[in-house]
Amino acid sequence: MSKILELKNLKKYYATQKAVDDISFSIEKGSIFGLLGPNGAGKTTLLRMITGIFYPDQGDIILDGKTFDPINDIIKIGYMPEERGLYKKMKIGDQALYLAQLKGLSKSEALEKIKFWFKRLEMESWWNKKVEDLSKGMSQKLQFVITVLHEPKLIILDEPFSGLDPVNANLIKDEIYGLAQRGCTVIFSTHRMEQVEEICDHIVLVNLGKKILDGTVAGIKQQFKENIYSVKVHEMPATISSEAFNVVDQTANMLTVKIKEGNNSNDVLKYFIQQNLTIESFNEVLPSLNDIFINLVEGTKATTRAFQPTND
Amino acid sequence: MNKILLVARREFLTRVQKKTFLLSTIGLPLIIFGFYAMIIYFSIKTTDNFKIAVADKANIFNGKIESKDNEVVFEFVQSDTAALQSALAKNTYQAFLYVPSGFTLEGKDSLQFRSAKSVGIMTREKIQTRINKALEEKRLIGFNITKAQLDSLQKEKEYIQFSSASGKTENETKVGVSYAVGMISGFMIYIILFIYGTMVMRGVMEEKVSRIAEVIISSVKPFQLMMGKIFGIGAVGLIQFLIWLVLVFGIQFAIAMMFPSLVQSMQGQPIQPAGMQAAHAVQESGAMNGAMKGLSTINFPLIIGCFIFYFIGGYLLYSSLFAAVGSAVNEDPQDAQSLLLPITMPIIFAIVIMMKAVNDPNSGIAIFGSLFPLTSPIVMMARVAYGVPDGVTLFQLILSMALLILGFLGTTWVAAKIYRTGILLYGKKITWKVMWTWAWKKN
Repeated sequence: MSKILELKNLKKYYATQKAVDDISFSIEKGSIFGLLGPNGAGKTTLLRMITGIFYPDQGDIILDGKTFDPINDIIKIGYMPEERGLYKKMKIGDQALYLAQLKGLSKSEALEKIKFWFKRLEMESWWNKKVEDLSKGMSQKLQFVITVLHEPKLIILDEPFSGLDPVNANLIKDEIYGLAQRGCTVIFSTHRMEQVEEICDHIVLVNLGKKILDGTVAGIKQQFKENIYSVKVHEMPATISSEAFNVVDQTANMLTVKIKEGNNSNDVLKYFIQQNLTIESFNEVLPSLNDIFINLVEGTKATTRAFQPTND
Repeated sequence: MNKILLVARREFLTRVQKKTFLLSTIGLPLIIFGFYAMIIYFSIKTTDNFKIAVADKANIFNGKIESKDNEVVFEFVQSDTAALQSALAKNTYQAFLYVPSGFTLEGKDSLQFRSAKSVGIMTREKIQTRINKALEEKRLIGFNITKAQLDSLQKEKEYIQFSSASGKTENETKVGVSYAVGMISGFMIYIILFIYGTMVMRGVMEEKVSRIAEVIISSVKPFQLMMGKIFGIGAVGLIQFLIWLVLVFGIQFAIAMMFPSLVQSMQGQPIQPAGMQAAHAVQESGAMNGAMKGLSTINFPLIIGCFIFYFIGGYLLYSSLFAAVGSAVNEDPQDAQSLLLPITMPIIFAIVIMMKAVNDPNSGIAIFGSLFPLTSPIVMMARVAYGVPDGVTLFQLILSMALLILGFLGTTWVAAKIYRTGILLYGKKITWKVMWTWAWKKN
């Protein structure tokens, strides 16, 4: 698969901090990509550079094989920022039409696509309503439609599920899968790890303006696994002691064990068989992204953006 | 370029299609009209007849004190003080003037004026003027001056004819009309700057507060969004102002022409309707004939052309600054107040200079004010009203226009830089110092 987006040594420094400090990564066409990081890590600045709102101080952005041109490539990108809103007094149909035209669609083209999406997401009756009459979830839905309306190659969603109920969140999730299947690439920025685990193929974790992790969800979990297994036994013995592992946690008939250096899972099983203990289940416990995230970020003073000093 | 038009179209249409637009465009002149109608009504109503009995025992006034209007009426009676006192009590008269039989014009005695209630300052002044004038005339006639000589004395001012170096006659009418035209157009530009500048600022704040700014900025450049807004609102302003102009000026001029005496009573009111002032200036010369002559000496194509130029130039120059302030403000509109001060100061400063310039279009401060881009849209209108080259030289006019264009490019450039940073920034309280650093940072 070819790359839709490549970032090369991207830098953006503000007067008081390094918002994005030498970040490089690339995104495969048709994938769902997760950009993760705590608050103030530089995610929004990075996204604003990819969407052409900010210019990088240094580095290159390659979109679809060519150097990114903020003025003409706007039509290829759909961006739903974290701070998003709509004109409160404007009718929904007019609003969608206006924003689509700003993207560069002609009026007839825009109308056709709005009608398609409104029908698809059961929003047809909203046309003459004003945004102030919509619930938060409804306006989120409208914003999603506005973002993907012009069929961009690259869709960037910053915290897309905030404020959505589970039904609508699932609806949007399905649309995201559908768009990826049709060849769109989705960049998905969030700090909600459970959503990332569920949706994303590939993730990058940034903190304090630097990339600290890059890989597939499965690969990263393998990389950070700590050789922990859970063992369910029929009857809990009084004492357990083995050269091969330590008991980390113990409940009624569940044991969590950590295998020592130089041993493998068979050594654990061997011990239980030798002790003549019946094993009901035996699983490897992989760390959740949430744990990995917290482990990596903790202790780095990832606080608000105002307090990060520059060391130049 | 196309996107600027798209933004401008939305800004224009959303405002014009609102019910409040129609209401304020048609309603406001009606309210202003109603307000003046009320002033006029009350100024007529307060002119109750004030009847004064004059007991002229020395026969100084020959039984007559001239009284121009019916507000104050003098009636000559032959009663004595006691009878007059009782007349006051019965309210037959509101006051009486008693001239004792020994009173002479050469003497230093004062006359006794008694009223039932205390007399208002306006009425008091009128009474005083009438009586003093009558006494003065009698005294002059006492020096063997005939009535004919007296009349010719009072025509003195007609002997002096003011004219400019180029030999053109400048009669009172022309100066009056120029004064009024300069004043009106200066004030109109002042109002335009404030109304539509604030409208731009509010529009920017709305986009920021409703969080739509970033959604739009991902489709259009911040500069395009800002300029689109400025052009759209400018178009609203132009249309609205044209409607107002026709309505307000038309109605006022019509009234002033129909009821000339009302205009007289309007003099001395704190707020003088612009149209009436113009009409009054026209009527100063007396006949309609002279008025038309006065108006024809005004170079209307020049004034209208300049008005439109300075209207657009001034609006563009200031609205980008208003937009910059709007982009820096967060939720709290109170923050806007303190940020606006550096913008409102030069506008108010300009109106002060303009007041001076309508009286003396070639004074140093007027020349400076009409060249300096932050004040020139207002001040230059006062000078242009006197025409080229009497009020302003052609060189100065062209220089002023060039400086205004440069000024507009300058403020827009600075404002655009502040705007693109401010529009995406939330939660911080911004000061002018911070905005200044935004204006000069790269990218």
